[in-house]
Amino acid sequence: MAKITIDKDKCKGCLLCVSFCPKGLIKAAKGLNKRGVAAVEFKDTGECLGCTLCAVICPDCCVEVYK
Amino acid sequence: MGKVFSHSKSLRNISTHYCAGCGHGIAHRLIAEVVDELNIREQVIAVAPVGCAVIAYDYWDFDCSEAAHGRALAVATAIKRVRPQNIVFTYQGDGDLAAIGTNETIHAANRGENLTVIFINNAVYGMTGGQMAPTTLLGQKTATTPQGRKPEEGYPLKISEMLALLAGVKYIERTALSSPQEVMKTKKAIRQAFQNQIDHVGFSLVEILSPCPTYWAMPPRQALDWINNVMAKEFPLGRIK
Repeated sequence: MAKITIDKDKCKGCLLCVSFCPKGLIKAAKGLNKRGVAAVEFKDTGECLGCTLCAVICPDCCVEVYK
Repeated sequence: MGKVFSHSKSLRNISTHYCAGCGHGIAHRLIAEVVDELNIREQVIAVAPVGCAVIAYDYWDFDCSEAAHGRALAVATAIKRVRPQNIVFTYQGDGDLAAIGTNETIHAANRGENLTVIFINNAVYGMTGGQMAPTTLLGQKTATTPQGRKPEEGYPLKISEMLALLAGVKYIERTALSSPQEVMKTKKAIRQAFQNQIDHVGFSLVEILSPCPTYWAMPPRQALDWINNVMAKEFPLGRIK
């Protein structure tokens, strides 16, 4: 049982986390954040492994991981 | 449920000016994590470059100085000699370290200064608009090589291999920010380079192949794959010295 939180207003929408999530739990969000970009959002289905790959690759330190 | 990955204390919790998918943000974070893990936040002094990372001192929450373009290692030499108790590192791009600052880089390395150098190689001049850098690959399109770099414009400069020839240099490793696995290897190399300075080993440099999606004109994920498939062939990863 694990989960992540994403700081949507810091997110620049590079989508690197989306491409590395082994469970495909991160998706581009609808609408824009404060920066005017389409940020990403976490879909909590209970499958998150807490592997931290998304946090490790995020260039903007938007992701925190809980396990 | 406990927090297993969170923001480093040495990194200010603010948004950076870097483009989406830029490797600088990852490199900044890795340095902040290493500084926190080695518990050297009160001793460390960074020397920021001129280039995209020119305002790195706004992002790190420890002491920083700024140097004129290419002169980071000269400034770092002075700081380290006056304050040997501090841990001094420079953070430089390829335009800064391998072009305008080649002179200062080679002589600081040859003197064997006990410094740590974090060298970000993204094969272009990012801040000024994506012009050709000494490290630009043959065939790579940039603002000043619209047909791709040709041999008469020079070959990609392998400054790390050149520096490895010098007796004063003790540690050089080339890593990449091309996947989470490679990012973790990069962190290990950065940690080693800082530990070397703490142990008075001598001049240590980590060259990091870093994505510049904007001036490589590709989406961020494709830029990471380009590092693996193209750039790492010209600049092989691993321990050089």
